[in-house]
Amino acid sequence: MSRPLPTAGRYALRVASLVVALGVWQALTGLDIDLWLRFSQFPTVTDVAHAFADRLAGPDYWTDLTDSLTRILSGFLLAAVLGVATGVLVARSRLAEDLLGPVLEVVRPIPAIALVPVAILLFPSNEQGIVFITFTAAYFPVLVSTRHAVRALTPVWEEAVLTMGGGRWRILGSVVLPGALPGIFGGLSVGIGVSWICVISAEMISGQYGVGYRTWQDYTVVDYPGVFVGMVTIGVLGWLTSTAVELLGRRLTRWLPRTSYDTGARRPRAVRAVASARVPKSAAPAAKTKEARDEHLV
Amino acid sequence: MSTSSETATTSTGAMARGTRLTLRAATLGRPGAPAVSGVDLDVAPGEILTVVGPSGCGKSTLLRTLAGLLAPLDGEADQDGRPLTGPCADRALVFQEDALLPWRTLRANVELPLAIKGLARADRRRQAESWLARVGLTEQSGQLPHRVSGGQRQRAQLARALAGRPRAVLMDEPFGALDAQTRAGMQDLLVEVLHGTGATVVFVTHDVDEALFLGDRVALLGNGRLTAVREVPRPRDRTARDDPARLALRRDVLSSLGS
Repeated sequence: MSRPLPTAGRYALRVASLVVALGVWQALTGLDIDLWLRFSQFPTVTDVAHAFADRLAGPDYWTDLTDSLTRILSGFLLAAVLGVATGVLVARSRLAEDLLGPVLEVVRPIPAIALVPVAILLFPSNEQGIVFITFTAAYFPVLVSTRHAVRALTPVWEEAVLTMGGGRWRILGSVVLPGALPGIFGGLSVGIGVSWICVISAEMISGQYGVGYRTWQDYTVVDYPGVFVGMVTIGVLGWLTSTAVELLGRRLTRWLPRTSYDTGARRPRAVRAVASARVPKSAAPAAKTKEARDEHLV
Repeated sequence: MSTSSETATTSTGAMARGTRLTLRAATLGRPGAPAVSGVDLDVAPGEILTVVGPSGCGKSTLLRTLAGLLAPLDGEADQDGRPLTGPCADRALVFQEDALLPWRTLRANVELPLAIKGLARADRRRQAESWLARVGLTEQSGQLPHRVSGGQRQRAQLARALAGRPRAVLMDEPFGALDAQTRAGMQDLLVEVLHGTGATVVFVTHDVDEALFLGDRVALLGNGRLTAVREVPRPRDRTARDDPARLALRRDVLSSLGS
């Protein structure tokens, strides 16, 4: 955002980067390079492309795709809503912090994928288990970033709304949620990425259909080009979904003074440097400048 | 004044009169950290009281108590004889820092107190526009706060505070961060805009000249005490800063503050 819109040149550069990566892959595998890394067993780009074309023609590919997407979107949306809700609650209420804090902190370090046994025990169907694991993966990044963002809100915003007669819900809707939105979207961006990791892993372990399930199936029947089709699919889907989250976030936080951030971050440092140069004995340069201003005015 | 500002006057013509704010033997501050003690202060309805004192003397604490954001640690804080129970729309607070919500345009910021009062969208918008016109921000009404200057932001804050038709306006060094020229302009604007609202004003500043220029009375705060409350000589010629009575008071105030 700090530059003008990406020009054609920048797009060309991005495409070139992908093309070069594919070219290197094709060269290494096509020439059967076997140094310490062994590329001779690797499918070539053309092998994968053929496998991809075959898959696209078949019915399973699209079923896998929609299954995986349904799972990740359900889990992620659930995590977004509940993560923001508990994050706000824990940040704003001491009681909620005391009640929920310890449980959340103990559960948080457990990798979502390690919850597969829990999911199998808890849920009647595999499907719900996978959604649960995806949810858990995204929930904690969203929760933690929401909590931090809410705690970092400027207090005067809230005080201003209080002295306009605003109540608890008005403050939530007009100050807390919009003010925390940049931070919340940080968590959502991380969350969607972790969600993909976990949905694919969960599908590999216990799925019926789904991109992860298919990829693992292909591996067990030694269909390596098929495995790569799966990987490419995961990569593209992950990229598309995280871009969607990113774009939505940028759209909703367009009010952020992005361009002035750089100068804003640098200027106070320069001012402080000057102030402390002038008054070398000052203990706290910031306080000193404030005092200096007072002397001038009183 | 322009026609749009007259609409503002008529739309806010039923502006509530001022309110009486009283502190009795009050100790103010955060629990465990009293900032000022033994404060006896009575602000009459419609009066402009300025509070002056060095940084960190508890001026903001005094204001926050009157706003209802802080409860007095000891003593009483009343509005029209009833104890203050918390913040409300009756007593608007104007801050030194940017208290405008940065994701709302200036107009949407001014609309906020009106929305809280439950006004319909069209009314809200019309009133917000006329308040912005009164402070000279018609052109900038659609801008986000960080796109306008510091002085314009403070004017928008003033418009937002007055839009809710408070009976008291509490101002916490609202012009403290502005340069001298902008500050002088803002002082004139404040006098002009407040005129006719009848609101009680408590205006906190560390600038003695500003305090004498704006105030009907000046309260002096220092060393954790309210040391004196002085009448500013009337009739006041707000433009003449070399009026002898004013200069005498100024010398007096400055020596009381120990500067």
